[in-house]
Order: sequence, then C-alpha cells, then structure tokens
Amino acid sequence: MKFGVVIFPGSNCDYDTYYVLKDIMKQETTFLWHKEHDLKNVDCVILPGGFSYGDYLRSGAIAKFSPLMLEVVEFANKGGLVLGICNGFQVLMELGLLPGAMLRNKNLKFLCQHVHIKVENNKTLFTRKGKKGQVLKIPIAHYEGNYIAPPDTIQELKANDQIILRYSDAEGHLSEEANVNGSLESIAGLVNTSGNIMGMMPHPERASEIILGSEDGKIIFDSIINKLA
Amino acid sequence: MIDKKILDEHSLTVEEYKRIVQLIGREPNITELGIFSLMWSEHCSYKSSKMHLKKLPVRGKNVIQGPGENAGIIDIGDGMAAVFKIESHNHPSFIEPYQGAATGVGGILRDIFTMGARPIALLDSLRFGPLSKPRNKTVMDGVISGIAGYGNSIGVPTVGGDVYFNSCYSLNPLVNVFCLGIAEKDKIFYAKAEGAGNLVLYVGSKTGRDGIHGATMASAEFGEDLEQKRPNVQVGDPFKEKLLLEACLEIMARDLVVGIQDMGAAGLTCSTTEMAAKSGSGMEIDLDLVPQREEGMTPYEIMLSESQERMLIVAKKDKVREVQEIFSKWDLDAVIIGHVSDGDRLKVKAGGDIVVDIPVDAVVNLCPVYERESVIPSYMESATRLDPLPLMENYDQTFLKLLSSPTLADKEWVYRQYDHMVQVNTALLPGGDASILRLKNKKKALAVALDGNSLYSYLNPRTGGKIAVAEACRNLACVGARPVGVTNCLNFGNPEKPEIMWQFKEVIEGIAEACKTFDIPVTGGNVSFYNDTEGISVFPTPVLGVVGIIEDMNKALTPGFQEEESSVILLGENKDELGASEYIKHVFNMEKGHAPQIDLNKERQIHEFCLEAIALELIESAHDVSEGGLAVCLAECSFFSRQKIGFSLNLHDDIPPDALLFGETQSRIVVTAKDGNSKKLLELAEKRKVKATEMGKTGGGRMIISHLDKKIIDVSINEAYKAWKESIPEVFRIR
Repeated sequence: MKFGVVIFPGSNCDYDTYYVLKDIMKQETTFLWHKEHDLKNVDCVILPGGFSYGDYLRSGAIAKFSPLMLEVVEFANKGGLVLGICNGFQVLMELGLLPGAMLRNKNLKFLCQHVHIKVENNKTLFTRKGKKGQVLKIPIAHYEGNYIAPPDTIQELKANDQIILRYSDAEGHLSEEANVNGSLESIAGLVNTSGNIMGMMPHPERASEIILGSEDGKIIFDSIINKLA
Repeated sequence: MIDKKILDEHSLTVEEYKRIVQLIGREPNITELGIFSLMWSEHCSYKSSKMHLKKLPVRGKNVIQGPGENAGIIDIGDGMAAVFKIESHNHPSFIEPYQGAATGVGGILRDIFTMGARPIALLDSLRFGPLSKPRNKTVMDGVISGIAGYGNSIGVPTVGGDVYFNSCYSLNPLVNVFCLGIAEKDKIFYAKAEGAGNLVLYVGSKTGRDGIHGATMASAEFGEDLEQKRPNVQVGDPFKEKLLLEACLEIMARDLVVGIQDMGAAGLTCSTTEMAAKSGSGMEIDLDLVPQREEGMTPYEIMLSESQERMLIVAKKDKVREVQEIFSKWDLDAVIIGHVSDGDRLKVKAGGDIVVDIPVDAVVNLCPVYERESVIPSYMESATRLDPLPLMENYDQTFLKLLSSPTLADKEWVYRQYDHMVQVNTALLPGGDASILRLKNKKKALAVALDGNSLYSYLNPRTGGKIAVAEACRNLACVGARPVGVTNCLNFGNPEKPEIMWQFKEVIEGIAEACKTFDIPVTGGNVSFYNDTEGISVFPTPVLGVVGIIEDMNKALTPGFQEEESSVILLGENKDELGASEYIKHVFNMEKGHAPQIDLNKERQIHEFCLEAIALELIESAHDVSEGGLAVCLAECSFFSRQKIGFSLNLHDDIPPDALLFGETQSRIVVTAKDGNSKKLLELAEKRKVKATEMGKTGGGRMIISHLDKKIIDVSINEAYKAWKESIPEVFRIR
C-alpha cells in the first residue's frame, strides 16, 4: 500500500501525516510536491492540513490551481482514493470533488481541541474498520470548519448516506454544544457519491498514538489500508 | 546638519553623538546616524543592562551556545541540541495588538531557525490590565488572535505559557514569546560573515517602509502620541515565513551557507553590521539591489526598515546558484546584494554613490555602557506592611471567588485559539505545570515552563527573581523533568529612573543566585526597558523560561488526580505567609505585604525528591503550589483529573486558616500515591530530610479541607469547576 502526501506551500500537517503513515501505520509513504505532475504510482493521495498559500483569499482557493491538482482530479475521477484532512478537505471542496463550503466557526475563533465524532456510515472505504454509531475522539484545529451547503445538496448527502462523521458528545448524542464549529447537520466528514473521496475536518494523524491522548484516528487509516491490502 | 532635535528624534544624547563623531573621525550623515541610533538603542545595545547581566551564570557542561547569538543552545544528548530563546514584543503589542503580537512570534521563530533548528514549540507569557476595562479586553483579544494567527499558520504549536492580570499593565501589556527548536548538534549555524569575496544574499520579503524606528520606539517611554506610532509596527506574513523556514532549513541541511542572520529589530542595519563584526570582516552592499515594495525609498529608510520575514545569508560564490534554486522552489527571491570584504568597514552604495562608510566594530561593540544610578523605591516601606486580615468562619465563598480570579481561572479560552497539537509532539496539553514535547522515536522528552510573578518582584525584587527561577524548575520537577537551561525576558520601566534600576539590579541578583543554586546556565534572553506609559511603570516582571529533560517519557506525570482513595501528600511546609498573595489582591484588593520567603537549598531538595519519587514510580500525580495557595492547587488537581475526583483532607498546622489555605509559601508540591506506595514515599522523605505530610485521600465529588478537624472548605467540584472554568469566557461572551 503506497500513500502520497501532497505538500503545498503552507501545508503544515504534511510531516505529521507522513510520520504517522510511515512510522505508526508502517506503510510505504512518499511526499508529492505540488509543482510536479507526478503521483508516483501511489494508491491513496492525502491532502494534508495546514494553511496552503497562507489561506489567503479563501481556504484552499489558491491550492486548487497547483499543477499537481490536474493529476489528483484525474486520479480521483478514475476512482483513486483521496483523503483531504482539514485544509485538504477545504481544497477538495474548492476543486469541486466534494460539495459544500466552510464558513468561520460559529464563535468566530480558531478552535483547537479534542472533539467527539460519531461514525454515521461505516460502509465506506474510509470508515469500514469502525462500527456504526461508534464515537471517536479526534482533535480539530481550524478557523473555518463550519460546513455549509444548499438545502438540496444536504438532502442528497443524506439520501446517499454521504455524511459519514458528525460532531457529537462522548455518548454519541448530537447537540448544538457538541457541534463546536456550527456545521450544518453537525457534519465533520463526507464522502463523494462514488465513495472514493473523503474530506474530514478532524485530524486523524493527531490521534494515532496513546501518548497524544487517543488512537481513534487509526480507524480511518486502517480502513483505507484494509481496502488496498 | 545634525542638531539637537535630530538627536532627540533618534534617542541619542549629545555625549553619544560626540562619541560617534570621534569613532568615525567625522560627522555622520543622516543614514549613518540612523544606523548608530538603532544599534546604540537600549533594545539592541543593552547599554543599561550589560554590566548587570554579567552576573548571570552562563557556563555549564552542556552549553553549546550561551548569550550573544540569536538563541541559546544546550546539548540534550543523542546528537541533538535544544535551541531556545524568549523575547518581548511589548511596545508594538499595545499600539497594534494583533500585528504586534504576531510579529513577535515571527521574530522569535526566525531567531531559532536561523541557527539551523526546526522550531517545535512556542509558549507565551502575557500580562494585561484588568478585564473590567474594555481597552484591556481589546488588547488581550487582539494579542491572542495575533499569536494564533501567526503560530497556527506557520505550523509551530503554541503549547503553553501564562497570563496574569494587574492594573500596572493597563497601558503597558507585556507579550513575551518563547520558542524552542531542535537541531542536530553538529549542524548549527551562526551569524558569521567570513571570507572576503563570499557573497551576501538577501532573501524573503521585499523591503517597505514598515517598522522604521521599531527598536528606538522600544527604547523610550510612551506619551499620549500612541496613535501616531501605529505605522512603526510591522505587519506579519506567516505564510512568507513558512516558506522562508522551509527554504532556510533546506539550504542548511545541504551545507550551502557560511553564515545566516535574520533581519528582526533594526533590519538590514543589524544583520550586516553584526555578521561582519562577529567575524572581524567588512561588508559592501548596494541598496539598489535590495528588493523593495515601495518606490522612492531613501537609503535611510531601506537601512532602518523592519519589514518582516527577511534574512541575510553569506554563501560561497560556487554555492550561490544552488541556494537560489532552493529559494526559487519555495517561490522566494534570493538576491545578491553585496559581498564580504577585507577590513572592518560597512560600505553601502545607493545610486552609484557611497552613502555609508563606517567601522562595524564601532557600531556593534563600542556603544557606551552605563552604570545607572539606583535607589530603593519609596513605595517599599508602606507596601510591604500588611495589617492583620479578618478571619472567617468558613471559606467556601472566598474559595469560589478566588477560583474565578482571571489570573487563576482556567485559560482554555486562550489556548484553544492556538493550534497546540500540530507536529504531533504535544504529550501534555496546555494548562498543566509544564509543557511536554515528546521526541519522536526517542525515550526522552523535553519539558518547558515559563514563570514570573511580578507582584513578588514589586514587593521584593530579589526574592521575585529567585522565585521565578524556582517555580519554573518546580514546575519541571512536577512532570519529571530536570532543568538544563534558562532563558529570561526582563520587563522593566525606564532604567534612567533610579528606582527602576534598583529593581532591575535586585532581580538579576536573585535570578543569578537561584540559577547558581540549581546549577543551570542562562543561555540568553532579552531585556525590555521603558515599559512606562504616561509616567506609570510596570511592576518589575522577570519571565523565566526553563527547558528540562525527561529521561523516560513513560514516567512523566500530570497534575491531575489519577484515582480515588489515593493518599494526598504535601511535600514541603505550610507557613504563615499571606503577603503578595492573589488572595489579598483579589479578595481584599490590596497589593501588599512581604513576598513569600524562599530558601533555595530547600527548594532544590524538594525538586530532587520529587524527581526521585517519579523515577521510582512511587507517585501518580504532582502539582506545585503557587498562586492561590494550597487550596487552589488542590482544586486544580481535581479539575485536571479525568473523572474530576474530589478530596477530603485534614490539616494540623498551627497557623491561621487563611494563610493555610491561600498563602503562597514556596517549595511545596502536592503529590498522590497509591496505598502501598505512600508509606514508602514517607519513609524516603524522612531519609532525604524532606518534610512530607499525608493530608488525606482523594475521592468523592466534593472538595473538603478541614483544619484541626473543623471543616473550613466544603464545596462541590461542579460548583468550583464552574467558577474556575467560566470566568474568562464570560468576560468575552458575545452578547
């Protein structure tokens, strides 16, 4: 199984994701430079968290013009696995690979904290190692993670079971309080209709070792690895 | 023609000007005068503090680099080095809180990666005026957003620090930023400009008119013209700095540079003269080649600009192409603007003419040094007098009130705005005694603590200096870390006032004595004078940043209670001391009395004992007693426990209940031990001649403290937690 972690200028979770995939998950992992046109035959592309292009203009808005994105879109459209984490999720939406957009968090502050997210659909390539209804403890760190989309898009997401992760409390109950950033439908993570592209705001790579407070993020990586093993 | 008015605008005295004329053998032109004024400013020259700073111990077997470079460096074993420093950005943060704080973060980060280290953690020590005043809220909100805006973007976690509130900071907030980086021991870079003919490259952002006179601004008191100073504050671009960071680390990894220096305070002036002076070389640069983002800038403006995110690099001719390729990969310019020359002069060309021609040694090393007059402040006598305070039947309400004091209350509202987890090394989340950074694939870890209680220093500067060191080291001991190096940020008022100078001298003596007793070297830091606005000076505020090593990360402890029915044991001794406490400040609105006493040898014994108990795995949690006293310390142990475990204790000390609960007597740590271990711990304490007292047990949903079998505090954890947790968010709630 070979992972590729894209480096945009301003990416800052690139090394973290690389480290977790390589040293913790023991997978072959390589960096992909945004200016090149080479996916190096990876099986899964990860767009990591950070502030690509400083998040100037709008989060992810400039990164979508990076040369490598041509290959990423082609790869995704052919069914290749693509995971966007945090800023990577924002880039996927800017690329049109996932629906919706992000507003600023409801309290208008950057939020870095552990949150609980509930697995709503475990029949995807990204969550198959989890149980339906399982609550994961994974941190978020973002200013713009308040998911928004038009009502008909939300209807489609629900009808197709594309909402795979929701902010909840530790027991799995949804509430305004647990929905820390104010996302519509408490959405924390989505897949596309074909199920090969996922975006999530929480950082699974920050929850892959007990020493950091949680290993629940490994469920996401394990799910991907299982598919390709 | 240089007259008195121009000298005043440059904060130079007539005597200093005469010295300049003598050193260069003629009258300087305006650009040269500008250069001298920056480099001879208090901020850059340390002219009032230099002779006192010499008292600090700077040597130690693990010191790779002491004071005098961009940052201090300590050998931490396994071929690695810890590179760290603390710096202030007080003045800019008051004028423009967001950008002032943001560029403070940017500046300290450059100091660290200039040396070849990757920054792995930021901490901040912040001091604001009371939140009852809207202006103070605005400043605090802006400063925190600025720190978050810069640190989050560049991807260095802000893992800890402290926040205190006192009215002396209303017009002079303090923003001290600490950064820790990790480097390979044999790959450290210095600000050298060796080898005549080597080329000088300018990299990073273009130069603009921002920040001109920043360093001089930081070297004078503020009057009522603050709004006019806003253009003196630089604007930060964390994205540009992230590119600069990656590009610089890449050229250093490939060994392409001779020397490198960031352009922080005093910009091009400081980097060219310092690099040349350190290597005994000269330097020639052409300002026409300097990338500029504004038209028509004069040589004076270009030399004095403090535009952010710029570095100066000296490289061998045959490596320049490779350096430029790497910068181009990161979409940055690397432009040759000159070369290293023989001799000792800085020659600057503009429009084909030589506009500066001065000896670098004079600029960098020959600034006059002052032994300023000092005298005991007149407030001391009355301020240290404290009349007896009324005792109360029970302290439940007082306790709750104290927990909601902003200085003691929970700071999650602050630190959750900071990305404190990026780089996946944060092994102890903010809020505890110290921050812990694990080192990937290593058994050992690093810990950092910042400390500095200015009320202690106000009432007894020497003791305040000692306690700042002692408490930071105690914090490290609580997580299981042994201190290895210190950096300090000394924030004071106008040193030309004898009373301020006295405070400064005393604080230094205190810090020096404590560092010697604990056997830890000071590897650098920063002095920030002139923290006065409209005649009001801040309390003397030394902030100590101490870095420690945890030998076995698996044994590191946290402050929270781990389980029910554990023994709660006090290491150290309770005393009848209430002076300078948060209790009398917050409850009685007084800043009076004697600062707590400290016996440094006893203090060290407590640290050693705590470390030994942790190594032997006798204890399961440790938390130091500091502001708010024993009662607040115990409450925090409950709040930090996962299940919010309560406690029931009975104390038998023969001292009044207020001092027992809220006195801030030093050299105390609250630890917990399981049944079998508590006996062993008490025996070991006896052997080590450390006082250890079992006070009671953890458990239940209440916090109960009895004194001589009479309950003096009995509150539910939920109620106490609410008071502590909601105090700061409540102030900032959007209504």
